[in-house]
Amino acid sequence: MRRLALAALLVAAAAAAQERAIPLEKLKSGSTFLGDDLRSLQDDDFANPGLLWVERGEKLWSEPAGRTKQSCASCHQDARSTMRGVAARYPKIDAESGRLLDLEGRINLCRARRMGAEPFKYESEELLALTAYVARQSKGMPMDVSIRGAARPRFDAGEKAYHLRRGQMNLSCAHCHEANWGKRLLSETISQGHPNGYPVYRMEWQTLGSLERRLRACLSGIRAEMLPYGSPEYLDLELYLAWRAQGLPIETPGVRR
Amino acid sequence: MAARVQVPAKAKKGEIVEVRILIQHPMETGYRLDDVGHPIKRNVITLLSCRYNGVEVFRADLSSGIAANPYIQFYTVADRSGEIEFTWIDDEGKPGSERQSIEVAA
Amino acid sequence: MKRRAFLAGLGGLALAPGALAQGEALDPRAAAVAKGAPVRKGRVRITLPQLADNGNSVPIKIEVDSPMTATDYVKSIHLYSERNPVTNMANFYLGPRSGKAEIDSRVRLAGSQKVTAVAALSDGTFWYDVAAIVVTLSACLDES
Repeated sequence: MRRLALAALLVAAAAAAQERAIPLEKLKSGSTFLGDDLRSLQDDDFANPGLLWVERGEKLWSEPAGRTKQSCASCHQDARSTMRGVAARYPKIDAESGRLLDLEGRINLCRARRMGAEPFKYESEELLALTAYVARQSKGMPMDVSIRGAARPRFDAGEKAYHLRRGQMNLSCAHCHEANWGKRLLSETISQGHPNGYPVYRMEWQTLGSLERRLRACLSGIRAEMLPYGSPEYLDLELYLAWRAQGLPIETPGVRR
Repeated sequence: MAARVQVPAKAKKGEIVEVRILIQHPMETGYRLDDVGHPIKRNVITLLSCRYNGVEVFRADLSSGIAANPYIQFYTVADRSGEIEFTWIDDEGKPGSERQSIEVAA
Repeated sequence: MKRRAFLAGLGGLALAPGALAQGEALDPRAAAVAKGAPVRKGRVRITLPQLADNGNSVPIKIEVDSPMTATDYVKSIHLYSERNPVTNMANFYLGPRSGKAEIDSRVRLAGSQKVTAVAALSDGTFWYDVAAIVVTLSACLDES
């Protein structure tokens, strides 16, 4: 009996001990790869453009919607306390449906399930605002997702997706963000590709955008086909990215190039 | 149109105070193309005005040369307690406004 | 005889007083705001990064040396781009109630270029400054 238990422990330990291409102590947030101007813009509690969406999210939090005419606040009261730490644990498996959800997915699931309300469209002003507002409540808290249980096969799929070569340039995420982070690509310095600032105000977009949008932008950058919004592969990747960024503080709304 | 205005909540009479405004607006240049290659129509905030207790203390003509979600910071002399109110208008004729109170001690 | 006179003439040109360095000459499109009045370099200072993080949004500060009193103040500041499709980027209107002639904003710059600010003072004079900036393109295409 004891030998069986010991063997089970060893197997569990091997499964849990996942090797990291970038060790935890060498993790650097995307904001460290910015120039002085954009970094101080991110830290400016007035002028950070992402805060316009956070403010809108705060209003939407208390707006009743759907068949039940409830608002987020009806169940979750003051987001500043109830949502604290939530973003740090996403993406996460929803126990009831077994689905892997990012924050956007959770917001829409709540709307459907609890409020009888229509889901917000991807990249809509409302979804961006609410996601930014909820994530902002975890500002400064370390990212800490679980890859145990039902999340494990999704994590494994995400790890495969991260290392898969794609597109005309035949590159995987790892080619830039693992093998060549810190090096220059034209005039820009390649970051480690962490998701801890999302949703971000990206200068290229001149607006706030989701992590899924950023993954699509990467795909178009390597001349690969952009998967449609909501593809499970994005969720797999988001979970892998969140695990990869374990311990990095949430910076929402981040400012990026 | 969402906007944020920042002025000090309290100031002394005669003190030069910093006024900041951030407006959510795409400041669409008119030079971008949509997914099917058609130009997206220009829509920028063209005029921004700041009134302090009803008297204009700052005005700006803006163009597509100002970044999206425009940010402007300028100064005004704290005169009396009251309201600092911004109004603006864009190419589509859509007006916007935002205000902040300021308390001025003698 | 002719060649010596020609060379002497050239020497005279080289020593001509008030010759501006080429990079600081006033863009005639910016000078137009003065409607023919002289526009002098000075009293205006533009602060612009040497290298833009991203051309879509570049921080700019324009300061004008002025006491901003009821009788001596900056009436307006006019901003011009050398290479943008719209040359006159913005105009800012101040007055004695401004206290300080300083504007901060964020501008769009279509490529490396010079930015010019012309200030119109209450005494009818015009002053300017020019600043150069390098704007690079984004490394990756983004069609998201």
